[in-house]
Amino acid sequence: MAAQPVKAPAPQAPIRLHDRAADNLAFIRNTMLRASAFTAVPGWGMAAMGVIASAGGVVAAQRLSPDWWIWTWGAVAVLGCVVGVLAMVHKSVRTGQPVWKGAGRSAVFSFCPAILAGMMITEMLYQHQLEVLMPGAWLMLYGAAVCAAGAFSVRIVPLMGVTFMVMGTFAYLGRHAVEPILGPLLGADLFLIVGFGVIHIVFGLIIAWRYGG
Amino acid sequence: MPRPEPARPSGPTPVSSKAKRPAVQGEPLDRVIHERQRLAIVSALAVNPVLSFTELKQMLGMSDGNLSVHAQKLEAAGYVDCTKGFEGRVPRTEYRLTKSGKAALDAYLAHMEALIAAVRKQ
Repeated sequence: MAAQPVKAPAPQAPIRLHDRAADNLAFIRNTMLRASAFTAVPGWGMAAMGVIASAGGVVAAQRLSPDWWIWTWGAVAVLGCVVGVLAMVHKSVRTGQPVWKGAGRSAVFSFCPAILAGMMITEMLYQHQLEVLMPGAWLMLYGAAVCAAGAFSVRIVPLMGVTFMVMGTFAYLGRHAVEPILGPLLGADLFLIVGFGVIHIVFGLIIAWRYGG
Repeated sequence: MPRPEPARPSGPTPVSSKAKRPAVQGEPLDRVIHERQRLAIVSALAVNPVLSFTELKQMLGMSDGNLSVHAQKLEAAGYVDCTKGFEGRVPRTEYRLTKSGKAALDAYLAHMEALIAAVRKQ
């Protein structure tokens, strides 16, 4: 039997020197970006915010006065914000990563616009007595704020932001299914407890476990 | 068996002077930081004043042994300063980029940029 001629492998195009140089520069840039990410995200603080939101949802459901629901959730937002900021400052001091410099500063500034928009939209919805639309708007805008800040932080943070936005979409689209059973505001409480409560607790624990507190 | 490192240019690397002028064609690359994992360590330390062994390991996805070997080579070249201490009872190793390490990275960046610029001119 005649031996099959061995085919020489097709010659591969040599990697050009300047392509390799550009690749090295991109590698350095990406490594620096990853290494300078803001990692003082407070995992335990987030879990505490989730507990506050869950408790707040139970209190909001009591409806002891006409504006009880909205004031309760307002108080939850303020308390959660204070706990979150204190936890972040504590972690940033512990890890030696300043909040007001570099990636920390960028993250904080990116977080604020969507939150300010959320405050304005809350006022508009309140004036038009459209409280049932608030949970979806709050969750989506908070998710947008977390996503924006997450661009300067570890990968799990933007993922958490997307989860809030998905929950906000469920809160808006799913309210028709929940309202006949629980009523409009109790249904809203359910979405807010799952959103601000459970999501914060789950992601907070993951961040605390993977990123040192 | 690990492949032996190519020899570095003899004598102290004139990194600071290299960083200021465009790299000359044919000028040898600094082999110490040209290697990807060492380049990653130096790049990470360039944007953080200090990083612990664990932080570097997690950030760069390197194994203990790998990071240790490469960090030792950078330390031997004088690019990285290593401090060993204790945090409570737990040993903690911290790395900082030295001035010559920063200059070596600047020189390497200048070299890469000069290479790209030279090709664009052609």
